[in-house]
Amino acid sequence: MKNDSVDTITILGGRGKNGVLEPVNRIDLRMGDVVSIVGPTGSGKTTLINDIELFADNDTPTGRRILINDAPTPEDRRNDPSRNPIALITQHTTFLSDLPVEEFLSTHARIRAAANTQIEDFLARTLDFANQLTGEPILVDSRMTELSGGQTRALLIADATVICDTPIVLLDEVENAGIHRTRAMQLLRQHRKIFIFVTHDPRIALLSDYRIVMRNGTVTRVLRTDESERQVAARVSRLDDLLSGLRERLRQGERVTPRELEGWA
Amino acid sequence: MGVKLAICAGPATTGKSAVLRHVVAKLQALGRRPAYLKIDVQYAEEDEQFAREFGIPTRKVYSGELCPDHCNVMVLGDALEWAGKSGADVLLVETAGLCLRCSPYVDGGLGLVVLEATSGMNLPRKVGPMLSLADVAVVTKIDRVSQAEREVFRARIQDAAPGVKVREVNALYGIGIEPIMRLVEATPEAVGQLYLRGNPPVGTCTICVGKKEVGWQSHFGVVRPLENQTFYRGE
Repeated sequence: MKNDSVDTITILGGRGKNGVLEPVNRIDLRMGDVVSIVGPTGSGKTTLINDIELFADNDTPTGRRILINDAPTPEDRRNDPSRNPIALITQHTTFLSDLPVEEFLSTHARIRAAANTQIEDFLARTLDFANQLTGEPILVDSRMTELSGGQTRALLIADATVICDTPIVLLDEVENAGIHRTRAMQLLRQHRKIFIFVTHDPRIALLSDYRIVMRNGTVTRVLRTDESERQVAARVSRLDDLLSGLRERLRQGERVTPRELEGWA
Repeated sequence: MGVKLAICAGPATTGKSAVLRHVVAKLQALGRRPAYLKIDVQYAEEDEQFAREFGIPTRKVYSGELCPDHCNVMVLGDALEWAGKSGADVLLVETAGLCLRCSPYVDGGLGLVVLEATSGMNLPRKVGPMLSLADVAVVTKIDRVSQAEREVFRARIQDAAPGVKVREVNALYGIGIEPIMRLVEATPEAVGQLYLRGNPPVGTCTICVGKKEVGWQSHFGVVRPLENQTFYRGE
């Protein structure tokens, strides 16, 4: 499925555990949206994602249906993995290749690019994106398997956003990966895609346009981030940065004092 | 009563049994009566697991001295007859298919190859007829690799085997199995003399018949020095 042919992806509600009708019966995801899925463990977040990935059409256990541009998805498109709408990054996802970074990215870019000049463009944009998310710049000659955890996450996200052609990029609990999350949210907004975070991180949830709330296998609410939550988001980010700063100083073997927490606790 | 035939090959630990487990469950849900045959070199217990889990007729064959693919050729006729007599209407054969010069698929049966995305982007270029003569390449462990590797892996399958359908699955949770089950279901019943889909590798070599000396000079028939292509040596 080509990215530019998609405007909306619609989730039509189904049934949750014990056959309960899903309270929210329609969600329209529009290109450019940044969305979080929140809910306790076991509330059905992964199942919702699987429904989207499979273009569910009342044929999965939930009975949900997924529409593209308001129409059901034809059978041949549903079965063809090259038309899968989701680029998926989970906690388990990693690079297994031991190629040098430049060669690896070129290999991926080559299957997307129409011309050789485009490959270099893909490469430059991907590295630039990734390097804004990680503290330690990625050297193009290092092998993929030599990258740090933070560099790996940053490059996974950059590659899926810049080189992949899928309309949806899904990030499943990638918050603990040592990347600049606020910067990531800003950068993602420059791309015409739908970004879905499955997250327990208040910072990511509050920086999203809206959040899909799940319980007992159903979507119970869709909450658009309101003005007062945006103010909370700004403070949460500062609090979060404070903790990150502390973490970094402890890691460097420094001492800390109560003064560092003044105004907070 | 006719029996449909699906043969599933793939390197060790790729998830062949895990895929077939979900296929069996989905076939049973449709009212089908599957039977399962496992062909392995020297050890397998999946037949007992499948019998326990699904209450279906199962068997195993150890190929031992024979290569698993050739063993498959030898036993497949008997196996279809056994499946029919056991009341099954679909026979699922799982074979280790270890030699990359051969493939176990037959005309008139569905050929499935199971490959894991974690095995490296070059794998589709290495597995030969096991991939190129299959009907469907089932890719497992897709959540473990980067989107880049997943896409390159997929593109390389399509390069190496343009006519083969690619299906990506999560065999742990059974996601993406439905289309594979439907392909099994759409396979006609196997009737009459069955033929291997591909040509077997050239001849029988003197190593196969037990000559142990190292070096092509000690062997006859089709031989191969390091620096040259294969040639025929003998009378």
